[in-house]
Amino acid sequence: MMEITEGSHAVAEAVRLCRPQVVSAYPITPQTHIVEALADFVANGTLDAEYITVENELSALSACVGASAAGSRTYSATTSQGLALMFEVCFNAAGMRLPIIMSIANRAMGAPLSIWNDQQDSIALRDSGWLQFYAEDNQEATDLHYIAYRVSEDPKVLLPSFVCFDGFILSHTYEPVDMLSQEDVDKYLPKFTPAEKLDAKDPISFGMYATPEYYLEFRYETDKALKGAKEVIAQAGKEFKALFGRDYSAPVEGYSLDDAETVIVAMGSICGTVKDAIDEMRAEGKKVGLLRIRVFRPFPSEEVAESLKGAKRVAVLDKNISLGAKGATVLEVKDALYGSTIPVKGYVLGLGGRDVRKKDIKEIVSLVETGQGDQFYGLRREVL
Amino acid sequence: MAEKCKTCELFDSGHRACGGCGAALAARLVTKAAGEETIVVSSTGCMEVFSTPYPETAWKVPWIHSLFENAAAVASGIEAALKKQGRKEKIVIMAGDGATFDIGMICISGAFERGHDFTYICYDNEAYMNTGIQRSGATPYDASTTTSPAGSHSFGNKRPKKDMPAILAAHGAPYVATASIAYPADLMQKVEKAINTPGPCYVQVHAPCCTGWGFEGDQTIAIAKLAIETGLWVNFEMVDGKVTKAKKVVRKPVTEYLKTQKRFRHLFKPKQQDAEIAAIQAMADRNAEKYGIDIKLKKE
Repeated sequence: MMEITEGSHAVAEAVRLCRPQVVSAYPITPQTHIVEALADFVANGTLDAEYITVENELSALSACVGASAAGSRTYSATTSQGLALMFEVCFNAAGMRLPIIMSIANRAMGAPLSIWNDQQDSIALRDSGWLQFYAEDNQEATDLHYIAYRVSEDPKVLLPSFVCFDGFILSHTYEPVDMLSQEDVDKYLPKFTPAEKLDAKDPISFGMYATPEYYLEFRYETDKALKGAKEVIAQAGKEFKALFGRDYSAPVEGYSLDDAETVIVAMGSICGTVKDAIDEMRAEGKKVGLLRIRVFRPFPSEEVAESLKGAKRVAVLDKNISLGAKGATVLEVKDALYGSTIPVKGYVLGLGGRDVRKKDIKEIVSLVETGQGDQFYGLRREVL
Repeated sequence: MAEKCKTCELFDSGHRACGGCGAALAARLVTKAAGEETIVVSSTGCMEVFSTPYPETAWKVPWIHSLFENAAAVASGIEAALKKQGRKEKIVIMAGDGATFDIGMICISGAFERGHDFTYICYDNEAYMNTGIQRSGATPYDASTTTSPAGSHSFGNKRPKKDMPAILAAHGAPYVATASIAYPADLMQKVEKAINTPGPCYVQVHAPCCTGWGFEGDQTIAIAKLAIETGLWVNFEMVDGKVTKAKKVVRKPVTEYLKTQKRFRHLFKPKQQDAEIAAIQAMADRNAEKYGIDIKLKKE
């Protein structure tokens, strides 16, 4: 049913429909509306879950670790500083192969303190073993939660997922969203029945320590499962499309890509602006296209290389920066295109909530056309 | 006491603890008292490492270790999951004093304030032993550790032990107790009581560490006993914040305890430090008065 609703509320509603048994909650801007909505659902009996009001984010994810290991579907949400406080638990949850789902309302990292959007927070956890989905709009932000639970809990995967959607830009924006019914979601998402859990009837040990004789193999297995998740996403996406019409089977999405000479690569809500800019540039006869990355982990290197093979030049937009190196996406794209002669330039932009508009996208296209890039875009030089 | 498990062993032999390890004995006694319908949550530390070198485990009950500081939060999640699934297993946390007094303090405070139903056992060997004997908030006054070494300008650890039982009682914990591996029946009774009391309960178990404290492995029990007999460790119970019971003793001077361990050697050699020993004796005297543990011998 189509509803005009705030992004956070739409996400909370999607989470409710996924029937998590244990939700842990800690407030942090701009995520807080999600856990507030979930608290309301529990208080009014529309969500039958244990709702744990933890004392910080480290405990939020730790409680999910315990609940997931005990065999319950779990959920939490966070952003920025909160996610950073979970750093250690993130690696731990993935290493223990626990299919926890967390929504990340993407926000910049301090210092300086900023509550506004970029994607530095989740990108900083790219090595932790979590799947990372990035939504362009609130429809996708909600749908990706159903997909994430399906994929994460698949016995071939058993890894946790971030569902990332841009803080404020999506989380606090009202958009029309087609909400699924409980019946729909129940059809799509089976009950969580892990083969192994903490259970007195069949005692096993979770989270043992591994000597150098075993550690490397643990990491190999986890990496293999994460890479293998791509196929599971494809299947889960296909089934979702068959039932509800929207297609999330591919880890990337092309827009005006077929004959594009200049291709912009980006993630998240900025892609809506890019698409509008492309429409205007196309009207002027410019052959510009977009490759949107929906799944950042596992990184879809083959799909990126295949999608970009006809491009004359590539401009990668990063709302993050690996300080001392480059944006995370441009590094991945360059790796995917290794050996090709297509020039790839990176642009770090929109950090800490700096607006990115159509004119900026057009300017970046001009820059890449003249070979300028690998730079911060939009600096206010007068305050440097 | 725990009749059902007098014979069952849920913490198996073959683990990698030092001979004479007080913590390993604590694990054995606690699991015996808790029984098979128990899920154990461990923090990072000696016990976690010596009991679970992959692919071997000493635990015959379901067991999970996540991180150093988060056992209480992990247990909170397990408790919530069991509740939702209608399961009846009991949850027992086994964490060292570093994990409890220091790094896990926030998680513990949150979990106790929320009132989850679990039993938190701190096996207290009074320093970070797994990393090689560094002081923690549980290290006693004047103990020499690798980060509070005795030297020409230092008598060792400068602060007395943090009063964790009082802190947790102040959180409203319905049952808080201290116990010692030297008194196994008492320890098991307290664990059983904690497990059968709804809400978050805390049992702090004195578990001497032969490697960290500097004594022979066959002296563990004797030294644990001396701690009680000198009043430097008091075995007591608190119900709803009030001390209801404390083990009474005919007290011995603290030197009888201090002299047995290398961590206090500097108080006696090269010369006896009378002022420091008097300060430690005064701590034992205060303990004795606070908990009323002195047995007064009748004068004939």
